[in-house]
Amino acid sequence: MKRREYPNLVILILPILIAFSAFFLLPMARLVAIGGSGPRGLGAYLDIVTVPRNLESLIATFLLSVFVTAAALAVSTVSGLFLERNRFPGRGFLISLLTFPLAFPGVVIGFMVIMLAGRQGLIGEAAKLLTGSKIVFAYSMSGLFMGYLYFSIPRVILTIMAAAEKMDPALEEAARSLGAPQWRVIVDVILPALRPGLIASGAICFATSMGAFGTAFTLATNIDVLPMTIYTEFTLNANIAGAASLSIILGLITWLALYVARSLAGSTAAAAG
Amino acid sequence: MKRPWLFYSQLAFTLSVCAFLIVPVIMSMLAGVTENFFIGIKSGVTLRWVFEVFDLYSETIYLSLLIAVVCLLCTLMLGVPTAYVLAKKSGRAARVIEEFLVLPVAVPGLAIALALIVSYGGFRDFRTSWAFILVGHVLYTMPFMVRAVLAVLSSIDFKTLEEGAASLGAGFWTRFFGIILPNIRSGILAGALMVVTLSIGEFNLTWMLHTPLTKTLPVGLADSYASMRLEIGSAYTLVFLVMIVPLLVALQIFGAPTKHVAKIEDGGGKVQ
Repeated sequence: MKRREYPNLVILILPILIAFSAFFLLPMARLVAIGGSGPRGLGAYLDIVTVPRNLESLIATFLLSVFVTAAALAVSTVSGLFLERNRFPGRGFLISLLTFPLAFPGVVIGFMVIMLAGRQGLIGEAAKLLTGSKIVFAYSMSGLFMGYLYFSIPRVILTIMAAAEKMDPALEEAARSLGAPQWRVIVDVILPALRPGLIASGAICFATSMGAFGTAFTLATNIDVLPMTIYTEFTLNANIAGAASLSIILGLITWLALYVARSLAGSTAAAAG
Repeated sequence: MKRPWLFYSQLAFTLSVCAFLIVPVIMSMLAGVTENFFIGIKSGVTLRWVFEVFDLYSETIYLSLLIAVVCLLCTLMLGVPTAYVLAKKSGRAARVIEEFLVLPVAVPGLAIALALIVSYGGFRDFRTSWAFILVGHVLYTMPFMVRAVLAVLSSIDFKTLEEGAASLGAGFWTRFFGIILPNIRSGILAGALMVVTLSIGEFNLTWMLHTPLTKTLPVGLADSYASMRLEIGSAYTLVFLVMIVPLLVALQIFGAPTKHVAKIEDGGGKVQ
């Protein structure tokens, strides 16, 4: 049976292998080649650290992603743990609401930030009522931070809840019965148990923030985050080789973040959106 | 039972997180049916902006639906057999293929779109057709279909089922269509809902791959946010939300079948 089965399995998987090679592997290889096709060859890949504008953009994007990841992990750990360990009326609905924005494209999230912090936004109007002056920060780094936090929280909450579900309550009880105060229980029992989930969702969050384009496209016409730099290089400056090398490096960074997280956390992680 | 203060402070925190996520959605929905957002809802409720969106952007809506359906067909025909082969084979080659197939999710859409443009942008007819966008969507959504089906395959003992069928004389294709496919329906459904939802909302790839004649819904959204009055952008967002909410509700009901089982087992009264 086994030997006769083999050709059939090949027939089943062959179409995807062909399509995937033609439309992903070969194009990506070509992008790598084009990135090194300038007068300086593969040296163009160093432009990301030698050209000040690129370096600034890389650092800004990196810092933004790190801060968003830290904030999203903190917020979602509190809420995720709370939702997993308590049963109360309306809990299911609350979880649905919290995970509802998962399917929003980046542009819509940018628009949500405009709703909150734009020229006619809620925060601005509230500040005007309270202090007399309007606050508008949607189109700055803070606006981007808000938008990235917006799309990160639902993903991270889901992962934390899944990790908290697997936690053994006996460990916590043991720690408590041995006299551990609440903060020791959190630091020594709960957080270590959540570690794989925190690493996995942190990596997803970081990788998604590094590569996010839609939100930046709506909000950050004046801020250089790496995806926007790539976009302007490609469209406005027609610097195809430069855009290619930058996007390859960006792809390597996000892939590496997810790969490292997966080998540390031992579960499948993927960035979406 | 009296709950401790810790419970209420955590509840308050979670509710404010929820408000952060949901309040702007409600605001934008209201803005879409408000006569003048600057004055507020007291200026009157109207469907004028929604009709204007249909006038201006109905083609983007049809194109998004068309691409989503064709993308679903592609992921079904290519992804479901792939998941089966990957579940069956445990060797190194299968793991490498699996690793490669999820790459389009790990690499930013911008990079994939650039790669497609530099490789196929020269084929004018292909570049200017919606098939160009479709290619990007299929690459991006495929891992979700494969993973949803793989999850179900690894939760059922399909090898025993197949051996049983084989001992009764069923050939490979009879088993694949008669035994495997019916048993992984839930995974296919979850994957399908995911694929359609993601395809309708995809922007990162689509923005680079689209042409003035092949605009999808999110591309139109970006366009309306940049150049139309706030009410129209809001009404358009409202149309988008109305389209994806049924999909999301269905995902909550039919998605993650393995988690369902766990929920039932531990008696957690989660109302789906």
